[in-house]
Amino acid sequence: MGAGHGHRLHFHGHSVVHRAPAHLKILLLLGFVLTIVATPREWYPIFGGYLALLLGVVLLARVPLTYLLPRMVVEVPFLLFAALMPFVAEGPRVAVPLGGWELSLSESGLMAAWGLAVKGTLGVLASLTLAATTEPTDVLRGLQRLRMPDLLVQIMSFMIRYLDVVTSDLGRMLTAMRSRGVDPRSPRHWPALARTLGALFVRSYERGERVHLAMLSRGYDGRLPGDAR
Amino acid sequence: MHVPDGFLDAPTSVATGVVAAAGVGIALRRARAELDDRTAPMAGLVAAFVFAGQMINFPVGAGTSGHLLGGALAAVLVGPWTGALCISVVLLVQGLFMADGGLTALGTNITLMGLVGVFVGYAGFRLVLAVLPRKLGSVPVAAALGALVSVPAAATVFTLLFAIGGTADVSVGKVLAAMVGWHVVIGIGEAVVTGLVVSAVIASRPDLVHGARGLVRRTSLRTGEVTA
Repeated sequence: MGAGHGHRLHFHGHSVVHRAPAHLKILLLLGFVLTIVATPREWYPIFGGYLALLLGVVLLARVPLTYLLPRMVVEVPFLLFAALMPFVAEGPRVAVPLGGWELSLSESGLMAAWGLAVKGTLGVLASLTLAATTEPTDVLRGLQRLRMPDLLVQIMSFMIRYLDVVTSDLGRMLTAMRSRGVDPRSPRHWPALARTLGALFVRSYERGERVHLAMLSRGYDGRLPGDAR
Repeated sequence: MHVPDGFLDAPTSVATGVVAAAGVGIALRRARAELDDRTAPMAGLVAAFVFAGQMINFPVGAGTSGHLLGGALAAVLVGPWTGALCISVVLLVQGLFMADGGLTALGTNITLMGLVGVFVGYAGFRLVLAVLPRKLGSVPVAAALGALVSVPAAATVFTLLFAIGGTADVSVGKVLAAMVGWHVVIGIGEAVVTGLVVSAVIASRPDLVHGARGLVRRTSLRTGEVTA
């Protein structure tokens, strides 16, 4: 990739975890999360083991936990969903005293909530560790070594390359809207927002055409040269 | 709304992964037929556009917010195959680089939003367009209705998967009612925004809208005699 767009999740470092080959890290991560998902949720101690293993890797990578934890907010909607489970699930119910109130919760729902929360959290933390220790270009190269179709890797690399360009384009448009008294979030101003998104689509599409022409003029024949990515 | 790890059991996750891989494989071939060697930069940029569009959050009520899913929008703007490819790439990048949506649930997410969302949206769009009068003004209306059905359709398929491989003991009827009811509300927002965005693109560059092909009148280049 040409320009040095910083990756929002990457934490620069030179640890063993940072230097490990990306394709190995991807395979290990996939195996690890698959194992977590396949583990019966009644095996409580095992999940402690998974967490210890994961924290060990994070420690080895010298990525501070204070860096990873705030980035786990992507998971919050699902924790809420998990928290609903004890209230809506079927089966025998248990009474849980809570500050003077008696909550009637479903036993199987409590188990489901525990399972969802622990598996989801471990999965997010594991994925974050990969993202924090691996440059996007290395992830792409790793995917290529894992025989992901070349065209798909190319599309992903273009998306990542132009992600910041397109999102900051949108950011400027939203700033312009706000400075004219438009609130992009309000449904009342959806027509203005939609015109903005329409313009963003036309701009992105035309940028794609220009990029393609620039590539053609440099001898692009449908494949990217090995190390240029 | 990305499904995280552990929502569906391992066999269901692997099965949806196979479905997603097959779907993306076909989409790759069909998109290349549509775009030839422009595929990589064009699909990459459209994926970046979809990602940017998803960043805008709307208040849905009860303190939560939703965002555009963009399946029907992408299908109408760039065609169903390229659209499915773009949404799948967005989900891949979100899962691999941003920890958004679980890695084992990647197949589920691609199947739900990249395949079901896009193709149901496109089918709805085509059906409505066939009924409406053949003019450019019908395209945004059809796109909106396509978006309206695509969101509850994805929610319904999620409920089906949950019934097969769900890890919670909840009655399927309850989940279905809650999911579909909730997603009809989200679908209305999606429909309005999709229709407005499509009409905005049609106003400036109708030639770019895949779903409006055959409705755009080609104007021939007219050159007059230059008189001194």
